[in-house]
Amino acid sequence: MSGAEKITVTVTDIVPLNELVTRFKFERTDGALLPTFSGGAHTVVEMKDGDTTRLNPYSLMSDPMDQRAYTISVRRDDAGRGGSLFMHRNVKIGDEMTLSYPVNLFSLDLRAKKHLFFAGGIGITPFLAQIKQLERTGGNWELHYACRSEALGSYVDELTTHYPNQVHIYYDEQDQKIDLEHLLDGQPLGTHIYVCGPKGMIGWVRNTAEQLGWPREAVHHEEFLAPQSGKPFEVKLAVSNKVIQVGEHESLLEAIERAGVDAPYLCRGGACGQCETDVVECDGEILHRDHWLDEAEHASGKKIMPCVSRFEGKTLVLDR
Amino acid sequence: MSKFEFPPSITSRPIWGSLTPRQGKHHLMIAEAEGAEAVLDIASPELMAKTHLIYLARGTDYGDKLRALNPQHFRESPTFGAARQRIERVLQDAAMGLQLYLTGTEGMMGQVMQMAVTAGIPHTAIQTEHRGSTARRMQCVHCKGITEDVEIDPFVCSHCGLNLFVRDHYSRRLAAYQGVCIDAEDPGNVPESKGIYE
Amino acid sequence: MTIQFNDETFRDDYSFRNSPWAIKRFPFPFDKDDYMYSVNMEPHKGGREGSVFQNRFDVDEHYVSEMRDRAKVLSDDPLRCQSLPHMTLAGWDLLELIMVSKSEDYPDLFELHRDGDKWRWINKPMGIDDTFTFLDEATLPYGPMEYITRQTQGDFALLDQRDDNLWMDAGMVTTQADWSLDFDIGMNFFEWHAPVPLAHEKGIFVRALKFLLNIQQGAPARRLNWTMTVNPLLDTSPENYHKWGIQKTELTPENIGSKQHLRVELQTFFRLPRSNGLVFPIRCYLCSFQDLMTVPKWGRRLHRVIRDLPEELATYKGFIDNRPMMVDYLSQFDDGQPTSLGIWPDLDSEPPLKK
Repeated sequence: MSGAEKITVTVTDIVPLNELVTRFKFERTDGALLPTFSGGAHTVVEMKDGDTTRLNPYSLMSDPMDQRAYTISVRRDDAGRGGSLFMHRNVKIGDEMTLSYPVNLFSLDLRAKKHLFFAGGIGITPFLAQIKQLERTGGNWELHYACRSEALGSYVDELTTHYPNQVHIYYDEQDQKIDLEHLLDGQPLGTHIYVCGPKGMIGWVRNTAEQLGWPREAVHHEEFLAPQSGKPFEVKLAVSNKVIQVGEHESLLEAIERAGVDAPYLCRGGACGQCETDVVECDGEILHRDHWLDEAEHASGKKIMPCVSRFEGKTLVLDR
Repeated sequence: MSKFEFPPSITSRPIWGSLTPRQGKHHLMIAEAEGAEAVLDIASPELMAKTHLIYLARGTDYGDKLRALNPQHFRESPTFGAARQRIERVLQDAAMGLQLYLTGTEGMMGQVMQMAVTAGIPHTAIQTEHRGSTARRMQCVHCKGITEDVEIDPFVCSHCGLNLFVRDHYSRRLAAYQGVCIDAEDPGNVPESKGIYE
Repeated sequence: MTIQFNDETFRDDYSFRNSPWAIKRFPFPFDKDDYMYSVNMEPHKGGREGSVFQNRFDVDEHYVSEMRDRAKVLSDDPLRCQSLPHMTLAGWDLLELIMVSKSEDYPDLFELHRDGDKWRWINKPMGIDDTFTFLDEATLPYGPMEYITRQTQGDFALLDQRDDNLWMDAGMVTTQADWSLDFDIGMNFFEWHAPVPLAHEKGIFVRALKFLLNIQQGAPARRLNWTMTVNPLLDTSPENYHKWGIQKTELTPENIGSKQHLRVELQTFFRLPRSNGLVFPIRCYLCSFQDLMTVPKWGRRLHRVIRDLPEELATYKGFIDNRPMMVDYLSQFDDGQPTSLGIWPDLDSEPPLKK
């Protein structure tokens, strides 16, 4: 099986935080210590849902230095393909699960003289670990956190109690909005921006920073795409000589794995580039949804990221 | 004056570009000698109104022409050495979004880049344009001394006196190319020096 | 196994020697009769018992003497060990990785006792017994990277990962194949490899970088690299090239067997958990031509590889002038018989040299 190394864990705590978000705590089943990690890392949680194996990435939000347990927060997505619903409905304390070793695609730039965080909704989770890391190493940080309402403001109380001067909260329902342009103007040289949240927020922060002349290297973002459902399609795998059917609520990567073909991956969200696959033949349209390939590569039709992208048309043959 | 075309080289050798005006509220331009012409090429009243321009004359006389561009701040210094403290100070007060334009010799651009990177500007965000002398700033890998304005290869290290050949391997951190002993395996057998690009 | 540590030098009188055990386990780098660059990475998860691949950090009979040589180099030139300010956390990562690995892999030589942040480290071969606070630099005599790499064979490059590249922002480099940490520190992957000929054109570094960026925690990788050194000189630095370069000209047909050494680097790559950096240990093994020739397969193969190596590579690796003499010497050990694939000596299956 591809992907990062695996760890067998036991669920030791489940805490519903609000209507949408529940926190899960994992400890190693063999009682040993978990690997340390860096703030911003995620783990891929393996869910055995009947005959289906679901693999979803979640940011680690616990203290990176604490090797006794990992915690994640899962936002229920009623319209999604079922991973978050499975976590909310089926996972119980005492269950054994499999996690991947931590993988970080959203790490801090440790040279930064100041870390400026922008979180939207459940996008808060990687920052919780990064804040703990920076507190331990004496880093300079500031958080701007937008949530829909007070009731849905996960970890707001904890953050504002511990760090009253560094944390700024904005509630959409109360028409509070981050004054971004003003905030980005006058930040000292060496400041780095990090943004995690909905697509619109990421675009807004990146564009505003660009217009104000911020260098690309100083603006970091993380956006995991959940694979979207779509019309079923057929794919031929040239190397393993198999024809597979991709179901409506299944990703191409999942279908390849279901057929017993080993395919590399790390993030399963269109960001890391690991699952990049060459297209041998294509008669139809590839629905590219990843952040990895550039526009020219998308247009060329020569490559596909099977974790999030789909296909509509007659024939698709992959080099796998 | 025409621009010098550097021959293609290894990946550590810096590639100098052409200045173009960028968006942003604050601009810092440092022009050394003939570099003034690169600033004159891109100057517009809107751009210069938000530009701090530092001109390192090194015996050239572009001062009046540059002052006539009406930059927000203007300073003429005889050399880079004389302006170093001022540049430090400007960078200390600067905020993210500052656009930095460097034009002149490799030695000057490299050294200001070094200061700017330390201050927190990624090196890839700094604009450069080579003008004027093609002399190099060389570090002797043996004694670590820097010899400024090296035009010939091989040359004699101004600190330890070894005969060094001029490599294209370049360190941004040191703002210098590497000089390595040329006659270590055959002491005294030093080929005649010629211009670096001859 | 208890290792008998040699008392030897890598300079001046060059009393360095390989025991028959060390010769047999020498990481011969050629798996076939010719050589060209390749990414040639494999997982660093153990290997043949007794081989240099078995443990995460190999300790051998040269350990104590190599560490003495490193201390001498650092005392002459402290710039051989440097760490840019943001790399301290990666230094702690490295210290933890080495202490945990060595105490698990060599429990008779090294012990690590951890009680929260209070750590006690015992290094028996070097007579060290230190107690310190993890993540508190003030409790160690050196920074964490320097402290642990003064006690670990091989050079170390600590790499920061950002902007889809790797940046060599810290290192301990005293047994290098002619490159300068002081000059290269702060460079990215393509820049510090810039002087290597041919490999850029072949896209080797683009592929290697892609591979390295994706190295994950718990899944280290390794490869072998090689060059040539006259005399068992560990510190072939550019800094001192004006002093040691002359030794390359002292090779004669009479002394080449004992003076000319094949220099092999076992390069390993580990993801560092707390900093998300990478560490790139570069372990140097030296073996004289005459010792290598005691393995018939290696004699045949080394002759063919050196004879057929592209000129650019022989120049880059610094032995173009001595190559004819090397080939003359090595040809005595090549009887034209075929060789088995792979790097292992295959002493039981390969025929002895036909005279």
